[in-house]
Amino acid sequence: MANAYATHEDQSPEAHAPGHPTGWRRYLYSTNHKDIGTLYLIFAIIAGVIGSVLSGVMRMELQEPGIQIFHGLAAMIYGISDPAASIDAGKQLYLVFSTMHGLIMIFFMVMPALIGGFGNWFVPLMIGAPDMAFPRMNNISFWLLPAAFLLALISMFVPGPSETLRGAGGGWTIYPPLATSGTPGPSMDFVILSIHLAGVSSILGAINFITTILNMRAPGMTLHKMPLFPWAVLVTAFLLLLALPVLAGAITMELTDRNFGTTFYDPSGGGDPVLFQHLFWFFGHPEVYILILPGFGIVSQIVSTFSKKPIFGYMGMVYAMVAIGGVGFVVWAHHMYTTGLSLDVQRYFVAATMVIAVPTGVKVFSWLATMWGGSISFRPPMLWALGFIFLFTIGGVTGVVLANASADRALHDTYYVIAHFHYVLSLGAVFAVFAAWYYWYPKMFGYMYNETLATWHFWITFVGVNVIFFPQHFLGLAGMPRRYIDYPDAFAFWNRISSIGYYITFVGLLLFLYILWEAAHKKRKAADNPWGEGATTLEWTLSSPPPFHQFSTLPRIR
Amino acid sequence: MPGAAMAAVAGQPVSGQTGFQLSVTPLMDEIESFYNNLLLWIIAAIVILVLVLLVVIMVRFNAKANPVPSKTSHNTLIEVVWTVVPILVLVVIAIPSFGILTDQETIPDGTRKYLGSSIYNFGSVDVPAPALTVKVTGSQWYWSYEYPDLKKHYDSNILNEADRQKLKPNEPRLLAVDNDLVVPVDTTVRVQVIGADVIHSFSVPSFGIKMDAVPGRLNETWFNARKTGIYYGQCSQLCGKDHAFMPIAVRVVTKDQYDTWSKALASGDVEKANATLPPLEAAS
Repeated sequence: MANAYATHEDQSPEAHAPGHPTGWRRYLYSTNHKDIGTLYLIFAIIAGVIGSVLSGVMRMELQEPGIQIFHGLAAMIYGISDPAASIDAGKQLYLVFSTMHGLIMIFFMVMPALIGGFGNWFVPLMIGAPDMAFPRMNNISFWLLPAAFLLALISMFVPGPSETLRGAGGGWTIYPPLATSGTPGPSMDFVILSIHLAGVSSILGAINFITTILNMRAPGMTLHKMPLFPWAVLVTAFLLLLALPVLAGAITMELTDRNFGTTFYDPSGGGDPVLFQHLFWFFGHPEVYILILPGFGIVSQIVSTFSKKPIFGYMGMVYAMVAIGGVGFVVWAHHMYTTGLSLDVQRYFVAATMVIAVPTGVKVFSWLATMWGGSISFRPPMLWALGFIFLFTIGGVTGVVLANASADRALHDTYYVIAHFHYVLSLGAVFAVFAAWYYWYPKMFGYMYNETLATWHFWITFVGVNVIFFPQHFLGLAGMPRRYIDYPDAFAFWNRISSIGYYITFVGLLLFLYILWEAAHKKRKAADNPWGEGATTLEWTLSSPPPFHQFSTLPRIR
Repeated sequence: MPGAAMAAVAGQPVSGQTGFQLSVTPLMDEIESFYNNLLLWIIAAIVILVLVLLVVIMVRFNAKANPVPSKTSHNTLIEVVWTVVPILVLVVIAIPSFGILTDQETIPDGTRKYLGSSIYNFGSVDVPAPALTVKVTGSQWYWSYEYPDLKKHYDSNILNEADRQKLKPNEPRLLAVDNDLVVPVDTTVRVQVIGADVIHSFSVPSFGIKMDAVPGRLNETWFNARKTGIYYGQCSQLCGKDHAFMPIAVRVVTKDQYDTWSKALASGDVEKANATLPPLEAAS
C-alpha cells in the first residue's frame, strides 16, 4: 500500500504518559487500543481452548456408535447416580456441548480475535491514527465479553429442559419452541442474556471502528488508499451495526415469550416459530461474513507482504468485500429451505445466494494473481494464508452446492453442512486468525517465535482439520443428520476417521501453546520489520512493540 | 467419485459410502443426477484449478526461482474474465437447479412431466396424481402417522436394542421402529407434515424429501417410490434430548399388500394390520 515516511518515536513502551495506570489497573481501566487488543486476544485464546475441548469430547463420543462418554460425564458433573437418568442427562449434555461449542467459537473466539484483537491492534496502526476514536467505549466493549462468557458458562449448570436435564441444548441458533417451551429452565435465559451482552459489546465495537476509520485516517490516506485489513474491518463493522440489533430484537421476543407470556413465536397465541428463524438468520447470515471478512483482509495483507507485490486488483478486492457484505443481507432464508417456504421465495433465495459466489471468486483469483509473478517466501504467516485460500475454496464450492434449494433438500441439517461451514470457518477464519497471529506477533510483543515450530504447527493443523472435516462430506451425502449423539452403525467408519483427525489437530493446538511459552521464554528480539520489503503498511514503520502512544506526529501518505 | 454410491443398499446407509443413499423416487433421481453428474464435476474442477494454480505459483514464483517480483497490479481483461466466467458457470448450475426445485415443490396432477434423472430435459417422467394422503406429526420424540381416508392414526417409536433384536433382528440399530409408515409402491403419496411440540423434520434420503414439522404450520411434500422395501430416515431438526432417537421407517409394499393392510387398519388397529404383512427380507 501507500508508503509513508517512518515515524520512529523515541517513546519506549514503558514511557507512559504521566498518571497512566500500571499493573492490573493498566488493563482493567485500559483505554489504549493495543492493551485492549491484547486483552481480546488473550480472551480469545482462553475461549478457543475451551471451545476446542468441548468439540474434542464430542468427537471422542462420536468415534464409535453407542453412547460411551457423555452419560459418565453427566453423572460426574451433575452428581447423578441412577444409570437411566445419567443416560438422559448425557444425551442432553451432548447437545449442551454442541450448543456451547458453536456459541463460544463464534462469539468468544473468532469475533474477539479478528475484530476485537487484531482489529483493535492494527486498524489504528494501519490508518496512522494514535488510538481508537472512543477509547473508553473500547474498554467497556471488551469488558462486557467476559461477563457474557460467564453467563454462557453458568447456563451449562442450571436447569434446562427439566430440573434434572441441565443446560441449554437448543443449538447456537436457539430456535423456538425448543428454546421457549422446550427449555423452561433458566439455562436458556442465561444464554439469551449472554448473547445480548456479547451483541452490545460488538455494536459498541462496531461504532468505534466505523468512527475511527471514517474520521481518523492519516492525512493523505483516502479510503481508496487504505489497506485492505482496515477496509475489511470497516465492512464488518457495518454488518455488525445493522445485523446485531435484529438479533437483539429476536432474542428479546424469545425472552418475553419465555417469561412474560407473550406469544411472538407460539402458534397457539397467533405467533410463528418460523418468524424467529427469519429474524435470526437476518442476523445469522451477515454474521458468517462478519466472521470471515476480517480474515479476507488479513490474508490480503499477508499475501502481498510475502509475495513482495502490491495487491492485484485492489479496487476489485475492496468492492468485492462491500458486495459480499451487501448481498449477505438478502440471502438469509437459504438456511430455511426445508421450513416450508413457497416455491417463489426459494427461487429468489437460490438466485441471490449464488450471486455471492461471484465476488468471492474475485477475491480468490485476486489473491492468486497477487502471488503470480511475486517473489514468495514461505514463512509461517504465508503458509497459513496459503492454507486459508485452498481450504476456503473447498468450503466455498460446497456453499455453492448448498445454495441450491434442490440439492439442499438432501443435505440440509446433515454433516455435509457441518463440513461446509467448518471449511469456511474452522479452516478459513481460524487459519486467518493463526496467519494474523504469526504475522503480527513480532510487532505486538517485540519478540520472535520459533518459525520452525510454527511451520510444524501449520502442517499438523492442516492435515488434522482435513482429516476431521473432509469425511464429513461423505457422512452428509449418506444422510447422517447433525446434532446426533449416536448414529446408525453404517456411519461408524467415517466418524472414526474424523475423530482421529481431531486428535491430530489437538496436537497442533498443544504445539501452539508451547510456541507461545517458548517465544515468551526465549525473548528473541524482533526487528521493527521482520518481513522485509514486502511489508509496506504503516505498522511496520513503528518499533516492535510499538510505543504506548504512536503517531503523535501524524504520518503523511503520498 | 460419481457412482461411488453404487454399493449402496436401498433405504439405508452402508459403511464407508461416499455418496447418496440409493434413489427410488423421481425426486431423488433428480438430486442424485444434479449432484453426481453436474455439481460434483464443477466443484471438483474449481478446487483442482485453484490447487494447480497454487502449485504453479509456489514452484515458479518462490523467492529462489524468481528473486525479482513483478510490479503488476492490474489487468482489466483478466478481472472481467474471472467475474464473467463464474457467472456463466452459475447459470449452467441454475438451469437444472430451478427445474428440480419446481418439481420438488409441485404436487403431481397426473399431467405434469417431471425431470427424473435427465435434468437438462424439459421433463419426461410421468407421475400420477396423489392417490393417498398421510399426515405426519412429529412429537418429542416419536412420529405419528395418520391416514385421513381411513380415519386412523398410530404412533411410531424407536425400538430399543433388546426389542429390536427380539422383534426385528435384520433391521438396523437406531433405525428400526415398532410401526412403520406403510405405503403402496408406484403410488404418489401426498405427505402433510406438522409438529406437535417443537420443530422436527421428516426426512427420507432415498425419497429425496425433507420437510420440517413446524407447530402451527401444515407443510406438504410428496413422493412416489418405485421399489418395495423399507426406507429409513432420521429426524433432521434439533428437537431436544432424544433427537437422535426418533427414526423414520417407511415400508413400501405391493398394492395388494397395501389393500389388505389398509383394510385391516380401517377395521382394527395397527398391530392387526401389520400382522398381514409378510416378514421383511434381509437387506439386499
